[in-house]
Amino acid sequence: MIEALFFYLFAGVMLASGFMVVVSRNPVYSVLFLILAFFNAAGLFVLIGAEFLAMLLVVVYVGAVAVLFLFVVMMLDINFAEMRAGFQKYLPLGLIVGGILVFELVAAMYGDAFSKASLPVASEIPNTTQLGGVLYTKYAFLFQISGLILLVAMIGAISLTMRKRVGVRRQSIADQNSRRREDVMEIVKMPSDKTKAKNNVAAGSVDDK
Amino acid sequence: MLELTLNHYLAVSAMLFALGIFGIFLNRKNVITILMSIELMLLAVNINMVAFSAYSGNLEGQIFSLFILTVAAAEAAIGLAILVVFFRNRGSIAVEDVNILKG
Repeated sequence: MIEALFFYLFAGVMLASGFMVVVSRNPVYSVLFLILAFFNAAGLFVLIGAEFLAMLLVVVYVGAVAVLFLFVVMMLDINFAEMRAGFQKYLPLGLIVGGILVFELVAAMYGDAFSKASLPVASEIPNTTQLGGVLYTKYAFLFQISGLILLVAMIGAISLTMRKRVGVRRQSIADQNSRRREDVMEIVKMPSDKTKAKNNVAAGSVDDK
Repeated sequence: MLELTLNHYLAVSAMLFALGIFGIFLNRKNVITILMSIELMLLAVNINMVAFSAYSGNLEGQIFSLFILTVAAAEAAIGLAILVVFFRNRGSIAVEDVNILKG
């Protein structure tokens, strides 16, 4: 009973915020509604007994991906109002395609055995422990591959966005380490007696100006 | 109605997926919103996977949901990096301006 109420709450807020992501005028609001949708999806995951994935959703999606979106939206200087021209033109097509999709998916799942399935009794072992037991044994290879994917994504994102700017002083570590004393320092012998010093003053008078 | 079944979760995820598709159609010009719609669709897929996994008592759906999450994060990072580079070069991110290849 209370579970069903929370299900409808989470699902309703998630769908409403998903709708707002799509139709909102300002992309900053879109990102914020996306964050709300992710939080409610995490709630649904907790409800169904997948606590680890719920926390992962909050940490990875809300903490990293959505904030990345927010950064990019705020960094780019774009006239978003201009971009919404033709919004109405695509509205019917989008509604038709989305409506057909929902109809098909819902029709495919009704009247079938899915509605009889009920949630199995939760086991004593926590969800995270169970997941770890499977992930690090049976799927260890896939786990490492996914780490590799993240590494490639990181390197790709950095090398895509890095650029050499002109007029910026950069540190060149190779140059700094290859400095030798003979190249950068010069020992000048200066005579210290009076007559030479007088000559030096005469000669250096140009510098005095 | 008040007893939760697998169908409830599947219906929610179907609606969320359709919202993602709807968003792609609606915001044809704005790449950022298209990327966000793709995130919504991936979230719907994840809900589907987790629901089936929980109701069938089989953890593998959740494992694969984890991998989808990984790939989605990588995809968002790369997509946004490409977007930033494109904006730097062309000063716009409208989809119809992406036409250097004359595709």
